Amino acid sequence: MFEGFFNVVKERFNGAEEEYKPPMFKCPRCTQTSPLSRYEELHRVCPKCNYHGRLSSQERIAITVDKDSFKELDGGMKSGNPLDFPDYSEKQAELQNKTGLNDAVITGTATIKGSPVVIGIMDSRFMMGSMGSVVGEKITRAFEYATDKGLPVVMFTASGGARMQEGIVSLMQMAKTSGAVKLHSDAGGLYISVMTDPTTGGVTASFASLGDIIIAEPKVLIGFAGRRVIEGTIKQRLPEDFQLAEFMHEKGFVDMIVERRKMRSVLSHLLKLHGFYPKEKEA
Amino acid sequence: MDEKRTAWERLQLVHTKGRPTIKDYIPQIFTDFYEMHGDRLCGDDKAILGGIGRLDGRPVTIIAQVKGRDINENKACNFAMPHPEGYRKALRLARQAEKFHRPIICFIDTPGAFCGVAAEERGQGEAIAKNIAEFMTLRTPIISIVLGEGGSGGALALGVCDELAMLENAEYSVLSPRGFASILWKDASREQEASEIMKITAEDMVRLGVAEAIIEEPLGGAHNDLDKISENIKEYLSQKIPEKCQKDIDVLLKERYTKFRKIGAFTE
Repeated sequence: MFEGFFNVVKERFNGAEEEYKPPMFKCPRCTQTSPLSRYEELHRVCPKCNYHGRLSSQERIAITVDKDSFKELDGGMKSGNPLDFPDYSEKQAELQNKTGLNDAVITGTATIKGSPVVIGIMDSRFMMGSMGSVVGEKITRAFEYATDKGLPVVMFTASGGARMQEGIVSLMQMAKTSGAVKLHSDAGGLYISVMTDPTTGGVTASFASLGDIIIAEPKVLIGFAGRRVIEGTIKQRLPEDFQLAEFMHEKGFVDMIVERRKMRSVLSHLLKLHGFYPKEKEA
Repeated sequence: MDEKRTAWERLQLVHTKGRPTIKDYIPQIFTDFYEMHGDRLCGDDKAILGGIGRLDGRPVTIIAQVKGRDINENKACNFAMPHPEGYRKALRLARQAEKFHRPIICFIDTPGAFCGVAAEERGQGEAIAKNIAEFMTLRTPIISIVLGEGGSGGALALGVCDELAMLENAEYSVLSPRGFASILWKDASREQEASEIMKITAEDMVRLGVAEAIIEEPLGGAHNDLDKISENIKEYLSQKIPEKCQKDIDVLLKERYTKFRKIGAFTE
């Protein structure tokens, strides 16, 4: 009866005798390992290959916009269950508890080095950043708000694509968001799309690809179809760099690849180049 | 209308050999049809057919996904799975329609946009996104009809419209039930279960506000009577096209935006 208990104690005791090993980060791109602390210090960039890892929306806000400038829009919005999909509501409640997020995108207004923006940040921790009713509605409202106020939009995308549990309703969010982007564009609005890891499926095939300027972080995954799906179709292995940011840049679908440490400064320059200066300078 | 069929039974019907394709319908519904080719950028995708013809004497632009009626036709049209150049051809012809004030009729019939290396290299995501955004503000009426399969973003790229109709047994879905089962349950063999849970039938589409109309199929399905199903499609178009053409274009565009704008289920 006590055997199990003593084994646990033994394991713990033996473990303590071993040399201290710092927690390590294994890069999904280059598969090399580095101390996790170093990876974190670089804001989740692989020290070996420069792969830009996934950030939470809060972390992204902290390194992108001016301190205390972020004001959230529609923060309380939660998804319904349009298809009465089994366990969907429970799964959401569980994730809401775990992540503190209500769904896979946070939207709001902020300033970047003083320039005013409407900003959206997708969070891959919530059902792989998939787009359902809430993501669609919040992004649509963000663009409508920006159109109304004459503001530019900066959107950080990270998504596995459509939210399967919302079926056709999730597909229609592609039309809804793209329509709002189009009206913002027709009104002369500036939209900078920043593709982060991963940007795929229905998000690539809608608002993520519609930016006036499209930026990507190094080594992130960008594509329409999943790698495994394509390999299944063509019955052969794809090259390692297929669908990485650099590949999409070479093919002409990304304007520039920008490192995380320079992102804020590049965004600020681009905003100013389009006439969005800090408020005090207008006077 | 036929006795109620399950989603799975309808899927089998949609895949029945001999179900009419756009190539069967065009001579039945339109006159003076001239096919146009190419996207003027890269190539001519045979998975999407586009051209000009007349509906009751009125010039219209027709854009459609092409399913093959046999293996050779299917090879040529890539089993109705378009590449980016197909969507770009569609957009070119849609803009041409706008310029010459012709209404657009889109026929959707695809398992989805093609998933392959060349499609990714040429920007499948961008091509679909561009169509969706541009169709939203095209200043000419657009009617879309799902003939059989409406699969994913590849279908939606021809599905931003003023009114969507479904053939009675057609389905419209975020992903094929097979793909859905494979992604969600890691088991593609559960596709029948997926088809029932996904809500993909014509009635589901009307209930969810995705489609406005259902076009009745002859007893046993469209393949049983080409004349009858063509007549039903034509009757629908002959009523809807003049109706949409009479509307003030700014009102029409506002309604088109609202049609998609209101879809979604959330609380705040």
